[in-house]
Amino acid sequence: MESQLATILKKNESKILSQWVEEQKKLGSTRVSNEDLISQCTNFLRLLIEGLQKNKSFSIAGTGWDPIRRCLDEVSRARGLLGFSPSETATFVFSLKLPIFSLLRQEIADSAQLTEETWNATSLLDQLGLYTTEAYQRTREEIIARQQEEMLELSTPVVKLWDGILALPMIGTLDSSRTQVVMESLLQRIMETGSEIAIIDITGVPTVDTLVAQHLIKTVTAARLMGAECIISGIRPQIAATIVHLGVDLAGVTTKASLADAFHVALARSGRTVTKVGGARSEKLRETRV
Amino acid sequence: MERIPILKLGSFLLVTIQVDMHDELAVRLQDDLTTKIVDSSARGVLIDISALDIVDSFIGRMLAGIASMSKILDAQTVVVGMQPAVAITLVELGLSLDGIKTALNVDRGMKLLRDSLELSEDENLAAGEANGEFESIHASDEN
Repeated sequence: MESQLATILKKNESKILSQWVEEQKKLGSTRVSNEDLISQCTNFLRLLIEGLQKNKSFSIAGTGWDPIRRCLDEVSRARGLLGFSPSETATFVFSLKLPIFSLLRQEIADSAQLTEETWNATSLLDQLGLYTTEAYQRTREEIIARQQEEMLELSTPVVKLWDGILALPMIGTLDSSRTQVVMESLLQRIMETGSEIAIIDITGVPTVDTLVAQHLIKTVTAARLMGAECIISGIRPQIAATIVHLGVDLAGVTTKASLADAFHVALARSGRTVTKVGGARSEKLRETRV
Repeated sequence: MERIPILKLGSFLLVTIQVDMHDELAVRLQDDLTTKIVDSSARGVLIDISALDIVDSFIGRMLAGIASMSKILDAQTVVVGMQPAVAITLVELGLSLDGIKTALNVDRGMKLLRDSLELSEDENLAAGEANGEFESIHASDEN
């Protein structure tokens, strides 16, 4: 028996559309503007009818359903970016059930046929709804991946403290991929600026385990091979304890408690000192003020 | 036959590697360099690898070898101008080349050699002119 679903939907397209839009508004999708909602619904319904006319099967995996899947991709992407939850996004499709089912009840008198068509419609809409959730999740994953990438770029700046002295303030947990980026950007900057001293500040690194320590040692060794010296600073008391308990050997690496101390060492090594301007005079001034 | 030139610069030897190192070339460089150190009584060796893009474990080991051999012959080795990618590769290969001194460029490397041998720039050139006569260096040290 040929499915009448396409014919029935085609005949009542505008009626379903208005009911569907009403239904969605009732369920509270107020974050999408009215025009957007109507254009999304019109487009989806048109593609659904086209899909039903072209395809014999009710499985949306086939190539015949490509246009409607693309349409759902766009809808989920737009809603994902607007901050919709997965169920809210899937409601876009599921809210179409009520208008279609009530229409089928009106149009089809034979009860066996009615059950048949209702089953077809529900299985199709379920698949489309699930597809929406999948598409939604894909969008979210893309966002997460992009944010990770951005974080990677943001969290590894190499700054020049002084002529010949670089600093690398590390923030966040160090893993292999991040260390790789950190190492490369540090070495690149060492070569570009001809700096002989680099300070790696790990104040912002929450935990240090053997792997992180090993990454640090690797970076220090690579910098040494290029002819630059590394000082590790910003080691908190707990981290110093952890390093000792883990038995990590940091011999051969200069370590300092704070970035200021490390900078002091760096200045001394490059034969510089910092003094107060007009030392004696400002001393006298302070005394008179007191 | 392909060879890497070894230049004499005062009491130092300067080697600039400007071609892709293959194993045979590396071995030949090792032989040439040790011979040259003995012949010229050099006190320091500068190896400039700034043009070297690719290293393998063999070349890394060869560099370490040159450093150790030079040390036995009383010449210090400084490797200068290592590219970031090369440094990372060597570290990943587990070759930290602990016995080798390094510097960012030839200029700094030269300074490092001079400092560690406690020679001034003039003394370095003077030592080169009076090749092998160590008395003259000692004499100027005392003055």
